[in-house]
Amino acid sequence: MRFIMGFIGSVFAGILLISMIGNLATYFGNKPAPLAAEEFHKEPRELHLSSDGPLGRFDKAQLQRGFQVYSEVCSACHSLHLVSFRELKGLGYNDAEIKKIASDWKTQVPSINPDTGEASTRKALPSDLFPAPFANEVAARAANNNAVPPDLSLMTKAREGGAAYVYSLLTGYRNPDTYRDEHGKRLPADAKPPQGLHFNPYFANLNIAMPPPLTTEGQVTYASGNPRPTVDQMAKDVAAFLVWTAEPNLENRHAAGIAVTIFLLVATILGYLAYQQIWHDAKRVVRVTGPLDPKNQAKSKSAKAKQGVAG
Amino acid sequence: MSFSWARPYEPKHPVMRWLDERLPLPRLVYGAIGGGYPVPRNLNYWWNFGVLAGIFLTIQIVTGIVLAMHYFATGDGAFNSVNGLIMRDVNAGWLLRYAHMNGASFFFIVTYIHIFRGLYYGSYKAPRELVWMLGLVIYLLMMATAFMGYVLPWGQMSYWGAQVITGFFSAFPLIGEPLRVWLLGGYAPDQAALTRFFSLHYLLPFVIAGVVILHIWALHIPGSGNPTGVDVKSEKDTLPFHPFYTAKDGWFAAFVLLLYAVVTFYAPNYLGHPDNYIPANPLATPAHIVPEWYFWPFYAILRSFTIDFILPAKLWGVLAMFGSILLLFFLPWLDKSPVRSGSYRPVFKRFFWLLVADIVILGYVGGAPLNWWRTALGQIASAYYFVHFLVILPLVSAFETPDPLPSSISSSVLHGEEAEAAPAGQTKPRRGSVATAG
Repeated sequence: MRFIMGFIGSVFAGILLISMIGNLATYFGNKPAPLAAEEFHKEPRELHLSSDGPLGRFDKAQLQRGFQVYSEVCSACHSLHLVSFRELKGLGYNDAEIKKIASDWKTQVPSINPDTGEASTRKALPSDLFPAPFANEVAARAANNNAVPPDLSLMTKAREGGAAYVYSLLTGYRNPDTYRDEHGKRLPADAKPPQGLHFNPYFANLNIAMPPPLTTEGQVTYASGNPRPTVDQMAKDVAAFLVWTAEPNLENRHAAGIAVTIFLLVATILGYLAYQQIWHDAKRVVRVTGPLDPKNQAKSKSAKAKQGVAG
Repeated sequence: MSFSWARPYEPKHPVMRWLDERLPLPRLVYGAIGGGYPVPRNLNYWWNFGVLAGIFLTIQIVTGIVLAMHYFATGDGAFNSVNGLIMRDVNAGWLLRYAHMNGASFFFIVTYIHIFRGLYYGSYKAPRELVWMLGLVIYLLMMATAFMGYVLPWGQMSYWGAQVITGFFSAFPLIGEPLRVWLLGGYAPDQAALTRFFSLHYLLPFVIAGVVILHIWALHIPGSGNPTGVDVKSEKDTLPFHPFYTAKDGWFAAFVLLLYAVVTFYAPNYLGHPDNYIPANPLATPAHIVPEWYFWPFYAILRSFTIDFILPAKLWGVLAMFGSILLLFFLPWLDKSPVRSGSYRPVFKRFFWLLVADIVILGYVGGAPLNWWRTALGQIASAYYFVHFLVILPLVSAFETPDPLPSSISSSVLHGEEAEAAPAGQTKPRRGSVATAG
């Protein structure tokens, strides 16, 4: 049996080695040029939000500003279909404000005319999810040069880098003709975006269908009046807002985490002490009193001497 | 159960006596995980992971049953029920979901440590071959359950993972494609696949629980192994499971749960893939399709076969991947060394650590995007995996001279803590002291 198994193992290993030689030969015989998309792709810039870290909590003023950016800019194309108006309570709005936000929302909710039964629309209620800007995927493609603007509800969990990625992407648009990377290298002509796409080194393949959404300072006038709505500030605020949409229970999670961690820490310590206590009487003198106990040292010395071991 | 000095159950409370006379359930529990099960006194912390696997199985079943109350197994509803309803509206739904997600990862972490413990200390050897094989059955069931569970949120990785994994079956000639279509209930993962995966994902954990009972039952016939691999010879060698090992398992379980809580509460998505927060889209293939981290080593083996040699490369990959697990069933007969514990096998020990490094490399290669050197590395590592188990292990067990074994567990315990796992008359070389055999 062992002979057969050894044979099977050798066959697998042999084929793997043949595969490897074939691969390496192909690679070194025809070294592929590095792809511009890999060469020029950049990791997200650093972004610090108040929700970071184990004690992180949302900055509600920032979330409200981010929500304002979403409603005035992003929501023209991007849906938020997992979030309902009532959840805005988490941003610090009261019931009356939420009611108003819902009923003033620019897209209405699909409905049925109660008199005729025909399809119609009605004003949104706090219990509604945010209505999508486009009725369906075909409409979204038709309006956006055949690209579908993705839903933003989970965006900061659905991309490597999270909120930092959103922030970097929104502030990362560059002119492909004058762009130089950190080594001063220019973008090769064939890597430049085709018609209708926009160069952005933070996007996976460098060319994104979304035109730069935040372009000028003051594009959004913050209701709170401060801070200054620079492009950078607006990008930060909307990234913070999208952390909230993706993880509205983050504060609960952080708070519960502290309680559970402390509980388990105490349980671990008490459990460990109980364990020590129980094993103390376990006749297992050596381990409990430790090898440095003079009694044990003498014992082990004599045991070693008996067996002819130095040390 | 296994030793003559095992304490018999003596009910103290009249209610327990009444119950025991009619249904000896308390007696069963007492003999299995109570004072009636004598355990070698020298177990180290690597012996804690079996109990931990049981704890994580329980966590998965409890959180999973509640999640299933709120989950919609439909192509339209699955993603939104997980990411909308459960994560937002169900009371503590976010906690259940994250605990279940990370519970799966921790279940695999502790199970992998448990398996490697068995590999190092020769727990698969006589008389515990069946314990080992039942353990492998549990592991295979875990893999199936975890795979189907990962499909349920119906995100991009769920969908494309299902596509890739069920695609394995199409590698087999003739029956492959019809088999795949039959398993999926369609030509691609869709409603039919999702519903049956949900059904089986709910069923299999209970099958696992059943096999766990057999695993423990089979273990209790010879009793637990120990780091010296020497058989229990007298009462002096053992301690009753309760309170000694319940106390040791107890505090260590609290410690591992602490680590689990830290990940669940503060990095719940660290072990997952961001693409699974994008709803399944059959028309958009993700840039890198990768399974969950616990499958990476096997995924690396699958991808390492790149040449059509007699058989198509894909079939080689699938055969090797299944073979890499199935060969473990033959381990008790591949490793013929009469010495169980790796601590007394100087050559085996070196190869064991090489195997651990090899599997870590395979894991890395399986999880990372492919390039020329990672492919080559994965091929070497996969080749070593098979050579290790099928060639090296039988040869080592035939030619190696093991170190002298201690005469009994209690004598190994009595010559000092650091010498406990070392061969009789020999302490592990430590800083500043050179041990010379006389």
